[in-house]
Amino acid sequence: MIGHRYAEMFARTDAENRGAFIPFLVVGDPTPELFLAAAQGLIDAGADALELGIPFSDPTADGPVVQAAVNRALAAGVTPGDCFALIAQLRRQNSAVPVGILTYANAVFQQPFDVYFQRVFAAGIDAVLTADLPIAEADAYAAQAEQCGVCPVFIAPPDAPDEALRRIAQRSRGYTYVVSRSGVTGCNAHLTGDFRATIARLKAAGAVRPVVGFGIGEPSHVAQVVQAGAAGAISGSRVVDMVHQVFLQRGDLRVALSPFVEKMKRVTKREPNVWKE
Amino acid sequence: MRENGRFGVFGGAYVPEILYHVLEELEAAFLDAQNDASFQAELALLLRDYAGRPTPLYRCRNLCADTRVRLYLKREDLLHGGAHKTNQVLGQGLLAKRMGKRRLIAETGAGQHGVATALVGALLGMTTRIYMGAKDAERQAANVFRMQMLGAEVVRVDAGSRTLKDAINEALRDWSQHYADTHYLLGTAAGAHPFPTMVRDFQKVIGAEIKRQMLSAEGRLPDAVIACVGGGSNAIGAFHAFVPDADVALIGVEPAGRGLDTEHHGATLQKGRPGVLHGAHTYVLQDAHGQVQESWSISAGLDYPGVGPEHVHLMQSGRARYVGVTDDMALDAFVALSRQEGIIPALESAHALAFAMQMAQAATRETVLVVNLSGRGDKDLDTVSQALKEREVGP
Repeated sequence: MIGHRYAEMFARTDAENRGAFIPFLVVGDPTPELFLAAAQGLIDAGADALELGIPFSDPTADGPVVQAAVNRALAAGVTPGDCFALIAQLRRQNSAVPVGILTYANAVFQQPFDVYFQRVFAAGIDAVLTADLPIAEADAYAAQAEQCGVCPVFIAPPDAPDEALRRIAQRSRGYTYVVSRSGVTGCNAHLTGDFRATIARLKAAGAVRPVVGFGIGEPSHVAQVVQAGAAGAISGSRVVDMVHQVFLQRGDLRVALSPFVEKMKRVTKREPNVWKE
Repeated sequence: MRENGRFGVFGGAYVPEILYHVLEELEAAFLDAQNDASFQAELALLLRDYAGRPTPLYRCRNLCADTRVRLYLKREDLLHGGAHKTNQVLGQGLLAKRMGKRRLIAETGAGQHGVATALVGALLGMTTRIYMGAKDAERQAANVFRMQMLGAEVVRVDAGSRTLKDAINEALRDWSQHYADTHYLLGTAAGAHPFPTMVRDFQKVIGAEIKRQMLSAEGRLPDAVIACVGGGSNAIGAFHAFVPDADVALIGVEPAGRGLDTEHHGATLQKGRPGVLHGAHTYVLQDAHGQVQESWSISAGLDYPGVGPEHVHLMQSGRARYVGVTDDMALDAFVALSRQEGIIPALESAHALAFAMQMAQAATRETVLVVNLSGRGDKDLDTVSQALKEREVGP
């Protein structure tokens, strides 16, 4: 079944009356080996799912922290093919954890959609979000993803027109990505933005679970989005930066990651979920 | 979107969802303005009295005089601001004002589009920020100061190749945050719909004037219209009126840099392949894995690894052809026009001129050529002086 790992994960978080915590890493940052260690470290520390960025030379939706990570991975010679191989390796050791990738249209357009999504599926990837592919350009893409057993995930931005939001809700599988605010990835002290309204609109449109990303770096941010009705929170720049600092200081990944993931998960408790799909 | 924004299969609007709806608003405002007589009247007035249209079509007196070619230059270098860029920034500036935006952002390569945006920002009383690759800011220092003098803030972009593509990335990031009060005044006929169509429509005045002026000067259409292609706005502006005239050859000249068989060029149409860059499905200079490559040209304004999608369509349909001119050939043309006609061309435009000069040498019958002299070369004097020193044939 398409998106079964997400469904099973959300069933578990529902049973525990909490939201999901989903950290993000750039594949191959800073090297393939260290990336694998970081990803495994996050899973072992209790991450509910992983969101993994495929390095692209021109990441226009990303802020400085993710850009720097992408540059490190590209400098290490990491190719999209390497990314799929690395994720396949993770998948062999972790059969249950949902893994979504975040990529850019140029990487997807390198081959026909069916060839692309077959490779994605074969790597054990559950979902694909293409940052610069808006729903209006995505009909053939989304159909092909589903046919290959891969969840197409679309971004619900603030202020989306009703018609676009309706299509985003209809087309997304696995989860729906709600951006907390305008702008690119990256954290500030406070989480701003009217994601509560977007979540409510998605719910009315019959969307799959909304997960909020962009700007989530603190436990208080996680608590905020879960309280607003999100099924989970994605934390990118903060995780990428933390892992990078551990490498720079030659620290112990487990020592750093476990308390962080625990801290972020502790605040995901909420009222019993009433999201119906 | 109200229109499909495609040229053949190329074009489209490949942007983050959050910007798609901003582009829809822009398209709607643009289409409405096209049908609004008062908007068109204000634009026409500014093009005439502020920018200096029509620009002359000048027949060279000395250059190519010993060949069978009559060489005409469309003098966009005489336009206020020093390049064709002013045509379309006036259009987009008025549009931004009409949409209630208070802030303009733009990318710039050579600095010409940054200067043009800065002057329209000053004219219309809008806050203006220009993103410029750090490498470009170094080689176009005079234009940095011009932008600042016109009241714009210039932000140097240190990311990636530190040139035009990175400046565009940064402007897109700014826009995705500040779209509510900000218009992204993209400088070329590339990127996401509606930019390729909108910029072409604001630039097509170039070709329309060439046609009228040529009929008056020669009583016939030219044999070829030749223009340089980076993103492709001056070329599409010069070509557009002639697309239905099958006897008029349309020739786009890409920067061959140190040679098309080296890695140092910016010849996207000749050496690239289909991809998605800055919102358009178009040709892209990229490696086997789809990472966008750094382009190379002595001319900052042509140093771009993408190209406007309409040019891809014109190439694939066979209506236009695209050729390469190296840094060295462009330098020779730069010197030749300066010495023989007393006109210092932009290095960008010198690429188109170099190809016309080559055609002139080969011409075996009477031929009328038009080169779109898209900009003037004051900004390039440091670069050219340096390059000539390196060749040890200094002026």
